[in-house]
Amino acid sequence: MIYRVEVAEKDGFPDPVGASLKKDMEDLGFAGRIKDVRTAQVYLLEGDLSGSDVKQIREGLLIDPLTQCCGAKPERGVKVVEVAYNPGVMDPVEDSVKKAVIDLGIPGLHTVKTAKKYLIKGALSDRDVRSIAEKILYNKVIQHIASEGSEIAQDAPSYKFELKKINMLAADDKALAKISKDGQLFLNLEEMRAIKRHFKKLGRNPTDCELETLAQTWSEHCKHKTMRGRIEFEGQIINNLLQDTIMKVTKELNKPWCVSVFKDNSGIIRFDERHNICFKVETHNHPSALEPYGGAGTGIGGVIRDPLGTGLGAKPIVNTDVFCFGPPDYPDKRLPKGVLHPKRIMKGVVAGVRDYGNRMGIPTSNGAVCFDEGFIGNPLVFCGNVGIMPKDKSFKQVHREDLIVVVGGRTGRDGIHGATFSSGELTHESEAVSAQAVQIGNPIQEKKMVDTILKARDENLYNAITDCGAGGLSSAVGEMGEALGAEVYLERVPLKYKGLTYSEIWISEAQERMVLAVDPKKAGELKSLFEKENVEATTIGRFTSDRRLRLFYEGNPVCDMEMKFLHDGAPNIKRKATWRSPVFKEPRLKDKGGLTSDLIDLLSNLNIASKEWIIRQYDHEVQGGSVLKPLQGIENDGPGDACVTRPILSSKKGIILSCGINPDYGKIDPYWMAASVIDEALRQVVSVGGDINRAAILDNFCWGNTDKPDRLGSLVRAAFGCYDIAKGYGVPFISGKDSLNNEYAAAKKTISIPPTLLISCIAVMKDAAKAVTMDAKNVGNYIYLIGLTHDELGGSKYYKVKGFVGNNIPRVDPVYGKRVMTTLSRAIEKGLVKSCHDCSEGGLAVALAEMAFAGGLGMEIRLAGSHENLPDNVLLFSESNTRFIVEVENQKRFEGTMAGIPIWKLGRLAKDRHFKVFGQDKRLLVNAGIDSLKSAWQRPFKHL
Amino acid sequence: MKKVRVIVIRTAGTNCDVETAFAFELAGASAELVHINELTRGERSLCDYHILAIPGGFTYGDDIASGKILANEMRHRLEGDIRKFISDGKLIIGICNGFQTLAKAGLLPNLAGDFKTEETTLTVNDSAKFEDRWVYLKKIKNQKSKIKNRCVWTKGLKDIIYLPVAHGEGKLIPRDKGVLDELKKEGLIVFRYCGEKGGKGRYPINPNGSIDDVAGICDRTGRVFGLMPHPERHIFATQHPRWTRDPKRGPGDGLRIFENGVSYAAMRL
Repeated sequence: MIYRVEVAEKDGFPDPVGASLKKDMEDLGFAGRIKDVRTAQVYLLEGDLSGSDVKQIREGLLIDPLTQCCGAKPERGVKVVEVAYNPGVMDPVEDSVKKAVIDLGIPGLHTVKTAKKYLIKGALSDRDVRSIAEKILYNKVIQHIASEGSEIAQDAPSYKFELKKINMLAADDKALAKISKDGQLFLNLEEMRAIKRHFKKLGRNPTDCELETLAQTWSEHCKHKTMRGRIEFEGQIINNLLQDTIMKVTKELNKPWCVSVFKDNSGIIRFDERHNICFKVETHNHPSALEPYGGAGTGIGGVIRDPLGTGLGAKPIVNTDVFCFGPPDYPDKRLPKGVLHPKRIMKGVVAGVRDYGNRMGIPTSNGAVCFDEGFIGNPLVFCGNVGIMPKDKSFKQVHREDLIVVVGGRTGRDGIHGATFSSGELTHESEAVSAQAVQIGNPIQEKKMVDTILKARDENLYNAITDCGAGGLSSAVGEMGEALGAEVYLERVPLKYKGLTYSEIWISEAQERMVLAVDPKKAGELKSLFEKENVEATTIGRFTSDRRLRLFYEGNPVCDMEMKFLHDGAPNIKRKATWRSPVFKEPRLKDKGGLTSDLIDLLSNLNIASKEWIIRQYDHEVQGGSVLKPLQGIENDGPGDACVTRPILSSKKGIILSCGINPDYGKIDPYWMAASVIDEALRQVVSVGGDINRAAILDNFCWGNTDKPDRLGSLVRAAFGCYDIAKGYGVPFISGKDSLNNEYAAAKKTISIPPTLLISCIAVMKDAAKAVTMDAKNVGNYIYLIGLTHDELGGSKYYKVKGFVGNNIPRVDPVYGKRVMTTLSRAIEKGLVKSCHDCSEGGLAVALAEMAFAGGLGMEIRLAGSHENLPDNVLLFSESNTRFIVEVENQKRFEGTMAGIPIWKLGRLAKDRHFKVFGQDKRLLVNAGIDSLKSAWQRPFKHL
Repeated sequence: MKKVRVIVIRTAGTNCDVETAFAFELAGASAELVHINELTRGERSLCDYHILAIPGGFTYGDDIASGKILANEMRHRLEGDIRKFISDGKLIIGICNGFQTLAKAGLLPNLAGDFKTEETTLTVNDSAKFEDRWVYLKKIKNQKSKIKNRCVWTKGLKDIIYLPVAHGEGKLIPRDKGVLDELKKEGLIVFRYCGEKGGKGRYPINPNGSIDDVAGICDRTGRVFGLMPHPERHIFATQHPRWTRDPKRGPGDGLRIFENGVSYAAMRL
């Protein structure tokens, strides 16, 4: 029997969720036509329940008697939309409701499904309502519109075993290509041929499961075959781009505090005598394009499992998030078919990160957001996580005969083909074809799994751990068993529902699962620990010594392959790469009677404007270690350069997190983009009081389809830039990841994203209490510019707001840069700097204005002392690298410490709340109240 | 010397447990993190502790409503133990999700005295979203009541303190006017949201739309206390969002709350 319970706010009580949806609907063009929006939560309870059971569940549990009542009766003229999850999509509320009903003492509840009901009052046609529902209320990838009488979807039929073989031996090239495409394998022809050759030698066809395993393992996502493959670049042969650039920096620098780099699931560096920290940043672009909320949530959920799967497991302590979106005010009509509106993507992504990160109890303390039309079809969502672990838990070792134990969530059909899907281009059919690749997460499942794993780690109950990420069990077991071999009995894997085939079980990317290698003698103790914390732990196989991957389903062999072929059998394909500098129109912009309005335009450009709307939705203080928060200054709202956290509350040691990203530079020259974003990430570390000698960086390359030689050539240039600049600064890479094929194919054209490199930086700080913020502190203090300004407006935000790209991209001289940064670090260490702000997007003018209004002080700046021989607007808006603005009280001591470094005293802090800049000819160029500058900067995101 | 023993309860989705235990230890107690299963299965007993802390987080995902499922579990599985804990003169603090739990379990304000009637609730913020921001709190002195400072947790605290909130469901709503009047009359309102100088104000001064700006309440014993802001996030000077503007600041405003709880419990050891 199925019972339906509807919970809504009582009359007279506000419905804030409804009110906020009303605003979203008005933004869609229905302003003035919507009177009221109310929401209700629907529970469908199925089981052996009596009437009084249901009454007790309803009144004692599901409604809040103070504010809620049962049933929202629609008045006349109210349109009702009810949204339910599609069959097979996990309903995160089910488990908790079941648990609570058992606590009530009612044993008979079998299934719970939930739905959301929306009651919209207004002058709307059915078509209007349908359009609102599609744009705001549901996403057909995971949900559908249900009718009120709808019942719980019937149980999926049981699966009856049938071995599937793929007829490859008889297939010609055309047929091989078709097998790859139809199976969503994303294997290219050469790879398909290599597989065919291998099985021909064996004299048999592969099973579907074997072919799937190869596709997962060889996918771009897992293997990084482009970055590691052979490339012919302008006549030069590169055998392994990653090894020859990124990894080479680390090897040559050979820092003693780099503990484990490019080996494990994240890079590990030394923190203090007893602890190491590790850091990983991943992308979740394609899932976020299709289902922003679920895609971003599982993005953060997934990257948390990387430090957790590093060594013997690290405790997650900080998250970072960086996004690139299309402009949120982009006209609906111009959107390519099948693409969600950028505003919806942005809101969904932010909510996804918020709900997952906050529920995990991990502060989200650092990030960035970029906007460009190039991201309309393909947004970028970077999620990062830092973990901390005891020194002696930094390495893992699988032993022969260890049991393979899967822990955490159950396996369902969600996330099938995620690894291969993310390795291909998006098309307008993606949402239909690849819907299964999208998952929604359950952060509480992950939280309890993390808590339990860390307990098991401290009691030495397992020998190795890895995450079930892309490729699911296939990748996790495949990697862990690479040196030894593994045997798995797939019917033992706990399932969310019946009906999964053996292959689906093997490649499902269901979230919140980890794989452990457990000594059989400790298995009992491990299981009882997990049982105590209500987390499932199931033995599904063992590690062997025959170096084969063998899978069984109900006793039937379904896969039997050599680990060697699986891991080393992929053909090394040589790709061609070319590079030609694009030429953009170079504007000559004059300051016609002042630059105040240009400064205001820059401050209210989305790329520069305050992101407080986003930042406040993230808990950036949980765990108690927060030292520098993302928002700083007299009203807690200025833009901090980097965050500082103390992961161990009893120690004064801190970690600094920062990031550099600038797709506008990628359009001009990826080499100098790489240089600039490395410089930016390091500048931010120095700005808050860090030292680049204890800094490490991570790369995340997001590029278009690198099978196209021009795209690949630009990737090669960026990698060269990474090598030269990181090496020059003496800063090692410790981990990285690339996401290629960020293109959107619509009609006949493909839209590639601008090449985008994110550099994330982590630095260890001896004494976090020496940190410095960016807000101006005291009237009368002096303002200095550190570093040289050049005519480098190419890719600047100044050009962008004027509609240009330009060509003079900022460059970096790391030898000079290192001298500037280490000298400034010394001045900060001595306490000579009262505030410091990184000079980046929007140049000198924006950095000065931010510093002034964050501190609530006026500023008088005089450009007359410039030695640069540049026009005023270039001085103010050029984005030359390696520059800082600092506030100084004791000029003499500061200038003495900075001897030999180009510094320029620009002016002083004033009591009146005015921001004034006088040009080289002493003309008043910028004159504005700091409050009006601040409100221009806060306006764009204020009313989202 | 015997130490005050604090039990910090955790379960699926608890996440401020470690820093809450740390704050109690800094205040001189010995704090243990205990999974609620260990209590419901009888592997540990509340009797062995002097202070029960329910920390912040999203227990059971805040499914159904924040704190609701943990409240349900405490009410149906641990009711007797908790009654005894309170009647033994021991202390309870609920922070954020812990406050939501105490309110929904009927343990706060417990005007009816039966430990089960829900008299106040905490619901979705007026802004409809989760927010992390710092707020000023005014300590309420009850002029009318005989007992001016009923809450044992806030003795000697400054008149206005500064703490962060981080929640999506923090709007306090009393069942009716009668409950609100009783809270006022009995001096059970411990903190109200206020401006920097103590004045009333709308959002963001009152960050969630709480009725009468109420941020924290206690029961008649003054020993059971719940609040939405996070005192455990302001025990060090460097947790203050503006510490770099005034580096000479002393320890954070929240520490005193833990010290009060521990010293009250220590007197009765």
